[in-house]
Amino acid sequence: MEKVGILIEFKDDKIKKTNYGVITLARQQGCELYALVLNGNAAACKEQLQQYGIKKIIDIASKEGPLQWHPVKWARAVVAAMDHFGINTLCGLTSAQGKELLPRIAADLDAPLVMDCTDVVLNERAAKKSQFSGKTVATIKVNGNHFIFGIRPNAIEKQPDPCEAEVIPFQTTVDKEALVVKEIKLQTHTGIDLTEADIIISGGRGMQKPENFAILFECAQVIGAAVGASRAAVDAGWAPHSMQVGQTGATVSPKVYIACGISGSVQHFAGMKTAGLIVAVNTDPEANITKNCDYYIVADLFEIVPILSRQLKLVVGENQLT
Amino acid sequence: MRIYVCVKHVPDSAATITIRGNNQIDESVTFLLNPYDEHAVEEGVRLKAQIGASEVVAVTLGKEAAINTLQSVLAMGADRGILIKTNDRPDSIFTARALKAAIEQDGKPDIIFTGKESIDSEGMQTMFRLAAALDMPVATNVVAFSIDREHAFVECEMEAGVRQLLEMPLPCVIGTGKGLNKPKYPTFIDIRKAKQKEIKQIVLASLKIEKPAASMEISELKLAVEQRQPKELKGQPQEIVKELIQVLRDEAKVL
Ligand SMILES: Cc1cc2nc3c(=O)[nH]c(=O)nc-3n(C[C@H](O)[C@H](O)[C@H](O)COP(=O)(O)OP(=O)(O)OC[C@H]3O[C@@H](n4cnc5c(N)ncnc54)[C@H](O)[C@@H]3O)c2cc1C
Ligand SMILES: Nc1ncnc2c1ncn2[C@@H]1O[C@H](COP(=O)(O)O)[C@@H](O)[C@H]1O
Repeated sequence: MEKVGILIEFKDDKIKKTNYGVITLARQQGCELYALVLNGNAAACKEQLQQYGIKKIIDIASKEGPLQWHPVKWARAVVAAMDHFGINTLCGLTSAQGKELLPRIAADLDAPLVMDCTDVVLNERAAKKSQFSGKTVATIKVNGNHFIFGIRPNAIEKQPDPCEAEVIPFQTTVDKEALVVKEIKLQTHTGIDLTEADIIISGGRGMQKPENFAILFECAQVIGAAVGASRAAVDAGWAPHSMQVGQTGATVSPKVYIACGISGSVQHFAGMKTAGLIVAVNTDPEANITKNCDYYIVADLFEIVPILSRQLKLVVGENQLT
Repeated sequence: MRIYVCVKHVPDSAATITIRGNNQIDESVTFLLNPYDEHAVEEGVRLKAQIGASEVVAVTLGKEAAINTLQSVLAMGADRGILIKTNDRPDSIFTARALKAAIEQDGKPDIIFTGKESIDSEGMQTMFRLAAALDMPVATNVVAFSIDREHAFVECEMEAGVRQLLEMPLPCVIGTGKGLNKPKYPTFIDIRKAKQKEIKQIVLASLKIEKPAASMEISELKLAVEQRQPKELKGQPQEIVKELIQVLRDEAKVL
C-alpha cells in the first residue's frame, strides 16, 4: 500500500475543514495515510482526523517543542518526516500556507509538484488542474521519486470513515535559516476566509460605493458565508485585495457562489467557475454571468439582498428551534 | 546592483483558447507579458531608480515570439533582455535550471524578481525552484518590499487579513504579488527608446542542461466545459428570494 502524507492545516489552532477533502481523496484510493501536524496540535485534532479514516498522526516537533511558524523550517521538517517514514507522496491544500510550503518542499526534494488540483489519481501519478485562467483542464503526468500535490480547497467532497488513530511523535532538528520571520501581522479582519467558506456572496461594480458592502456582510453573517469582490470593486477601493475573486485574486470553490452586481468577466470566472452552484443578481438580463450560472435574478441587488438577509434570518432561526 | 527579472510570454487572459491536438493550444492568439510579472518588472525598475548604479535585466524562456514580451518589458524600463529560445515547452523543473544557467552566464545577481504565478500553466513554483538551484532564500506573494545593503525586507500576503514579515540576506528571489505596486504604462517615447536596447538570444540547447530525473508533462488538455443551464428566478422580489432559499436548502444543501 502506498504511503501518502497529508499536510494538515490549521487556522487559529483549529483544524481547517478543507483538510477532510484532501484526506478523502487519498483514502478512497486505498493509500496508507499519515497526517503530518507541525504546530503541536496533533493530540488535539486526533478526534477529528480519525473521523475521516486517518490512522497515523505524525506529531512533528523539535527538541524544544512545537515548531513556530517558519516556511523554510516547516518545509525541511516535512521533508525529514517523509524521509523517516518512507513517504514518497505528499498531498496538501492550495491555500496561502500551501502555496508557501508545498513548492518549498518540492524544490528541496527536486520533485514534481502540481498545484491547485481538482482531482488526482495517485497510482497513475496523474493530476487534473485548470490552466489558461481556468479555460482549460490539463492532465499532468508526473515522474520522479517523490510526488507532491496541492489540492484546491473544497474541490473534493469530504466523506467520513471513522477509525482509531494513533499519535506518533517525530523529533526533527531545526537549523538556523537565512530567512527570518520577523512578525505575523493581522490586518483588518474581513471575516471568514474565502477559500474555506461553503457560501460566498460577492459584490462588483454594481455595489456603487464601499459602505454598501455592509449589506453583503450582514447577509453573509446570517449564514456563515464569506464576502468576496470583483476586481472592479477592489480597484475602486471599495474592498481590500484580499477579498478579490478571480484570476488575479483568490480561486474559490464554494458550494454556493452568489454574485451581486458582477458582470461575469472571463477573469472573474477564472476564480469561481468550479463553485457548486452559481447564483447571479444583476439588473442586466444580458450580462455574461446570466449565461453561465445556475440561477439568475434580473433585479436590483439593493432590493434583493436585504430581503434575502431577512428571510435567511427567519430560516436560520427556525433551524435553531427545531 | 544587478537586478534580474524573470518574465513569461503568455496568452492574453481575454483570448479565446482552442485546443490543438491532444495537449496544446492554438498559439495564434494574442500573447503578452504575464500579468503578475508586470509587478516584478515595475519593482525592479523602481529599485534601480531608488539606489542608482544598477542594471535591470529581463530574462525569459520561450519561443522566438517571446521577444515581443521582452520588448514591452524594456519599454517599462528594463535595460536589457535575454531570450532563452526553445520550441519545446519545458516544465518548471527544467525552466528553473535554464533561468539559473542563463543568469549565471550573464552575471552575478544581487536580486531576482519573478511574478507569483504564470497565468498559462498556473504552476506557482518556478521561483522556489530557481532559488533552490541558486541556493538563495525566496519569498512569494510579496506585497511590500524594501532593502538595505545586505538584506531584503518583505511582507507576504497570507490568508485574508494576515501578512508575514520576512527578512532575508541578499541575494534572494522575490515573487511579486498584485498589491506590491501599480505598473506604469509605457509612453510612446519609452516604446521607441526600448527599440534601441539590447536583447541577447541564447539557444536553450547551448546551455547544456542535464535532463532532470523528475518531470511533469501535460498528457491531455481539454477545454473546461460549461455545463450550467441557467434558469431565471422570476416574480416579485419576496417570491424570488423564497425560491432562492429553497434552492439553497434543497439543491445546494447549505442551510
Ligand atoms: C489581467 C487581468 C486580470 C484580471 N483579474 C481579475 C480578477 O481577478 N477578478 C475580477 O473580478 N476581475 C479581474 N479582471 C477585470 C475583469 O476583466 C473585469 O473588468 C471585472 O471583473 C469587472 O468587474 P464587475 O463585474 O464588478 O464590473 P462590471 O463589468 O462593470 O459589471 C457590473 C455589473 O453590475 C450590474 N449592476 C449594476 N448595478 C446593479 C444593481 N443595482 N443591481 C444588480 N446589478 C447591478 C451591471 O449590470 C453589470 O453587469 C482582470 C482583468 C485583467 C485584464
Ligand atoms: N518560461 C519562463 N521564463 C521566464 N520566467 C518564467 C518562466 N516560467 C515562469 N517564470 C517565472 O516564474 C513565475 C512563476 O511561474 P509558475 O511557476 O509557472 O507559476 C512567473 O511569474 C515568472 O516570473
